[in-house]
Amino acid sequence: MTESIGAWPGNAVAEATASRPAEDTLEDTALSHRLEEAARPGVMAVPPRPTGQGLVAWARWAWRTLTSMRTAVLLLLALALAAVPGSLLPQRGVAFDPGAVTRFLADNPVVGPWLDRLGFFEVYSSPWFAAIYLLLMVSMTGCVLPRAARLWQSARAEPPRAPTNLARLDDHRRATVAAEPAQILQAAASHLRARRFRVVVDDDSVRAEKGYLREAGNLVFHLSLLALLFGVAIGSLFGFEGRVIVVEGASFTNTRLQYDEFTPGPLTDAAGLSPFSVTLDDFTARFETAGPQRGSARDFQADLTVLRTPGGPAEKVTVEVNHPLQVEGTKMFLTGHGYAPVVSVIDGRGQTVFSGPVVFVPFDGNLSSEGVIKVPDGQPTQLGFEGFFLPTASVDPAAGPRSLYPDLVDPQLLLTAYTGDLGLGDGAPQSVFRLDKTDLSQVMVGDEPFARALRPGESMTLPGGQGTLTFESVSRFANFQIAHDPGKELSLVAAVALLLGLTVSLAVRRRRVWVRVSAASAGGAATVEAASYALTRREPVPGELSSLLAALPGAEPGGADASPHDRED
Amino acid sequence: MPIPNLLAELSDRLIYSAIAVYALAMLAYAYQAARRSHPVPEDAPRLEPDAAGAHAAVPDPQPPTAGGRPAIRDAAARRTERIAAALTTLAFVLHVAGVVARGLAVGRAPWGNMYEFTTAATLAATAAYLVFLRRGQPVRDLGVWVLALVTLCLGLAVTVLYTPAGDLVPALNSYWLVIHVAAAIIAGGVFTVGAAATGLYLTRRRADARDAGGQATRGYAGRLPAGATLERVAHTAHLFAFPVWTFAVLAGAIWAEDSWGRYWGWDPKETWAFITWVLYAAYLHAQSTAGWRGRKAGWLALAGYAAFWFNFVGVNLFITGLHSYAGV
Repeated sequence: MTESIGAWPGNAVAEATASRPAEDTLEDTALSHRLEEAARPGVMAVPPRPTGQGLVAWARWAWRTLTSMRTAVLLLLALALAAVPGSLLPQRGVAFDPGAVTRFLADNPVVGPWLDRLGFFEVYSSPWFAAIYLLLMVSMTGCVLPRAARLWQSARAEPPRAPTNLARLDDHRRATVAAEPAQILQAAASHLRARRFRVVVDDDSVRAEKGYLREAGNLVFHLSLLALLFGVAIGSLFGFEGRVIVVEGASFTNTRLQYDEFTPGPLTDAAGLSPFSVTLDDFTARFETAGPQRGSARDFQADLTVLRTPGGPAEKVTVEVNHPLQVEGTKMFLTGHGYAPVVSVIDGRGQTVFSGPVVFVPFDGNLSSEGVIKVPDGQPTQLGFEGFFLPTASVDPAAGPRSLYPDLVDPQLLLTAYTGDLGLGDGAPQSVFRLDKTDLSQVMVGDEPFARALRPGESMTLPGGQGTLTFESVSRFANFQIAHDPGKELSLVAAVALLLGLTVSLAVRRRRVWVRVSAASAGGAATVEAASYALTRREPVPGELSSLLAALPGAEPGGADASPHDRED
Repeated sequence: MPIPNLLAELSDRLIYSAIAVYALAMLAYAYQAARRSHPVPEDAPRLEPDAAGAHAAVPDPQPPTAGGRPAIRDAAARRTERIAAALTTLAFVLHVAGVVARGLAVGRAPWGNMYEFTTAATLAATAAYLVFLRRGQPVRDLGVWVLALVTLCLGLAVTVLYTPAGDLVPALNSYWLVIHVAAAIIAGGVFTVGAAATGLYLTRRRADARDAGGQATRGYAGRLPAGATLERVAHTAHLFAFPVWTFAVLAGAIWAEDSWGRYWGWDPKETWAFITWVLYAAYLHAQSTAGWRGRKAGWLALAGYAAFWFNFVGVNLFITGLHSYAGV
């Protein structure tokens, strides 16, 4: 973007004035007008079409068009518009709710598949979204790099000579000073040098320029965007993201197979994960007990025993929301929690065939949870249970079973039972949170399904002696998100540089100041003219010229006469 | 009654008082705008679309610190203006006290839910307006619009969005809440001044185009400062707010990395922050592009402002995402 934030730095003027005397450039009204246009923002709108037929001419034209400001603005606009549908439609892999896309497709059988084909459920990795930002990056680079070269040249060049007619410039002042011209010029030069202008003193004038840092900031900003994109790319190519549920007392080892969900990048070394392991010793949750926000979560805490390396020393660590565990470059975040009722099942033969905690998935803010218990070892028939776990139970005839409060005030397990084949034998993957009911039949009592509500310590025996389930106690489980992003350090450095570059490029005003002294008149007073010219789209620094004039030897306070050129027309 | 509850109640009363004084200040500004006579011709240099003059700072004939142009012939209007500024300052002081009391009542940064965010963001908008006014920027005509927005938003905050003082969900329990949201609030406040100036600039410019052909621009638009002046105010505001907004987005990304394990995940809130950023970036680039400077750039800035508000209102209320816990 030729011109990033705000201003064309006046390279055209710099080049023109460097190659020929300044008088020529600003004397000719038409030319100076053109230069003025060129110097101001917005020159390189769109280059004229090539007149020749040559491929090279067209290629040049295409490149110039791509790297023009207008293209940059249009691409930015396109980027903003293209980002919108991703926030309104469910997205794969980025969504808060992983089942949302499937549901949307089921609800919209006509439009859905078309949107899917066009990539609307993966907007941010779709080819058209990528096309926009890649074009933008190319456009930006093609614009910024030549500017870097020009910056290098202009940083080494002297400020250009004063134009003949200083009164034509943005801000112009004239004063009568009772001092020798050389003395005046020296005073002006030292005043400007003290303000960190680059100053050159000529016979009858002083030329000065300031604010080179602005272009440098602009450059840093744009190059940082490129670096940021690199950081993002490294992260998504080599990093991974995974989720795991750990019940109190259980352990997790950081290998791919132990994840409930694992999303690697295309180049991730999934065999080389950092080999740490954790045991969830205890999980505590605290909720608001009173007031209008009763039941809102207030504090979660997972106490872990961590082995950073296999066989290494055990270490007690507390992980909280916003306070992840970090092992080398891998971070483990606490993202959620729920309950895992501990049950034991005795089958028809009287043998204990199942014993342990079962994760029930919460579906509302008060942690009403649903889940299934699969008992594949049951004889003579496999057993399946389906139902709800409610930490503070209430069975509302209208709304059904619901929890009233997220903590364990009156925990109940509400179950119905199935017998038959759980469908685990054929090796097809199956959700642990759902029963495959194809070969199962529900246990009935007369015409009603068999259903029981159990409190901890209570049991239920299926009719016909097919088995007994005991609700022993309640454990908690914690959801962890585990992420490794090798690009994030680069992204962070790029982000900091981006912000610094942007701030500098917007805050610094690049400008030139000229001071010219006419020969002293009979009375010994010289006429001093000072003018400044902003190379950015911002007005000259207020008071800069008047303080310059006031600093001259023999200046009368308030003697400066302002004559901004706008008012002469 | 425990002290936090007293403070919470005090905060509510202070906000109600601020609303009342804001409404009065807004009426004073409206009255002043209606009473003012047309500016004298040399005061209102015509904006020539896309000419070099659009850049050139049109100087105020009087030193800006004098508080106005000779446009106000009417001494009564000038007095009204002073009253309006004084009322705005008073309302601002009440508003500050209200937000501070809320912060003390809840023992944390007072911007943890939609109600608190609205009170803080409107405070930032008034603060930005007052800073511009103090620095002698020609923003007087923005007063009625900024205050109308502030009054309206505060009214909605105390009626629709009101949330009693309370603690936060664990996810918001981070010092990044202070940094990230404060930056968003400040940027929002200054963007408000930028949007008001841009809106008036577009109004003025349109009226100038309509009445082109010698006669002075008529009606409300004719009493506004010159297009170039309004554009300059808008540009200054956006130049300040854009890096602050950039910082807010980056701080949000760092916080996201700390709490969810990824710094960018295209969550709806993140997406709309990005859209806002890109639209304002497009505005700043358009200001340097022939054919886009002025009118089209102005619309881009307004689109950016709309995206900012949509991110707050639309994303919080209509879209489900990770930021939904913010609560109404």
